[in-house]
Amino acid sequence: MAVVKVTRENFENEVIKSDKPVLVDFNADWCGPCKMLAPVLEEIAGSRDDVKIVSINVDDEDILAEDYGVSSIPCLVVVKDGKEVKRSIGFRGKDAVLELLR
Amino acid sequence: MKYDIVIVGAGPAGMTAAIYGRRANKTVLLLEAASYGGQIINAHKIENYPVEPHISGFEFATKLYEQAKELGAEFKFEKVVGIEDKGDHKLVNTPSASYEAGAVIIATGSDKRKLGVDREDELVGRGVSYCATCDGAFFRKKVVAVAGGTRTALEDALYLADIAEKVYLIHRLDKFSGAEADYDRLKARDNVEFLLNTQITKLNADKKLESIEVKSKDGTVQTVEVSALFVAVGRVPENQNFSAVIDLDDKGYAVAGENCLTRTAGIFVAGDNRVKEVRQLVTAAADGAVAATAAVKYLNS
Repeated sequence: MAVVKVTRENFENEVIKSDKPVLVDFNADWCGPCKMLAPVLEEIAGSRDDVKIVSINVDDEDILAEDYGVSSIPCLVVVKDGKEVKRSIGFRGKDAVLELLR
Repeated sequence: MKYDIVIVGAGPAGMTAAIYGRRANKTVLLLEAASYGGQIINAHKIENYPVEPHISGFEFATKLYEQAKELGAEFKFEKVVGIEDKGDHKLVNTPSASYEAGAVIIATGSDKRKLGVDREDELVGRGVSYCATCDGAFFRKKVVAVAGGTRTALEDALYLADIAEKVYLIHRLDKFSGAEADYDRLKARDNVEFLLNTQITKLNADKKLESIEVKSKDGTVQTVEVSALFVAVGRVPENQNFSAVIDLDDKGYAVAGENCLTRTAGIFVAGDNRVKEVRQLVTAAADGAVAATAAVKYLNS
């Protein structure tokens, strides 16, 4: 599966109502570490069917970012059954992201 | 696995060293604990590097990475936990492997210095930040604080004064080292308040930072409501794992001159983790060239 772009329109369906755990990547175009992280997430998304990885642009979706209290990016949030279970801030390598998903 | 040169750290110094090593036909491995590029990837715009007047930190790092890769440098994303000097060769150890090297260049740079107050780690990304230009935009029209007396603290406060409703600049001393001009510009701003001779003693938060408790030298304690605290109390060189093979000064910087030589033959240091006056991209790149050239000379002798 590829990384899914999420906006406030499809957030409820893609994240809250997802039957799989969701890794939410809050990012922005001006954020260098976010751009470093993107290919890592694409690679994981391509090899794992048991999780969904979604990308949210905090400039376009400031309300979602505010709702999740995001004040530093990249910010990865793991959501299970609609609830946040884990969070990590800053660039993470592949192993660290996989660890977050365990 | 065996390489002519193993470089620890893929920032501007390490990747430049890789270019010089490969152009001298040596096999080169770069070991990096996080992402290639180092701290420069956080820079929104670089305006002081020759030739490229407005390149972003991300673009700079990526171009340098591609250049080193194209020349045949190998990258592995592992953290180096120790280096052993075996005389004619060195062992560079990570948690999962040990690499044999003819020569080693330590180019690990530096990491942020923490304030050292309770709950600091837990609140990173929930109000505590070490990068005003990265995270400042999340606090538009809010009240924020900057902690520190460094040049970066003053620059951060100026940057935030344009975005935030109000900025407190909190410093445990009553004067700032250098950057007088920035200090004067800050004093002229209506929305900047200085809390000098003052230390941050507590962070108050529920889900995110709500206020900080500060204590001044005369013993007064007060609570200041802020949405964010930007910590700018300096950086720490990342040499802790290498004291068996290189000398460190009292601040932890690797003792080596402009020639990048250390006390161990065949081990070199390059970039921000070395004792030096000017820590800039261009001086990091220069160190990379000097260290790699010295390593090549060492390998050929």
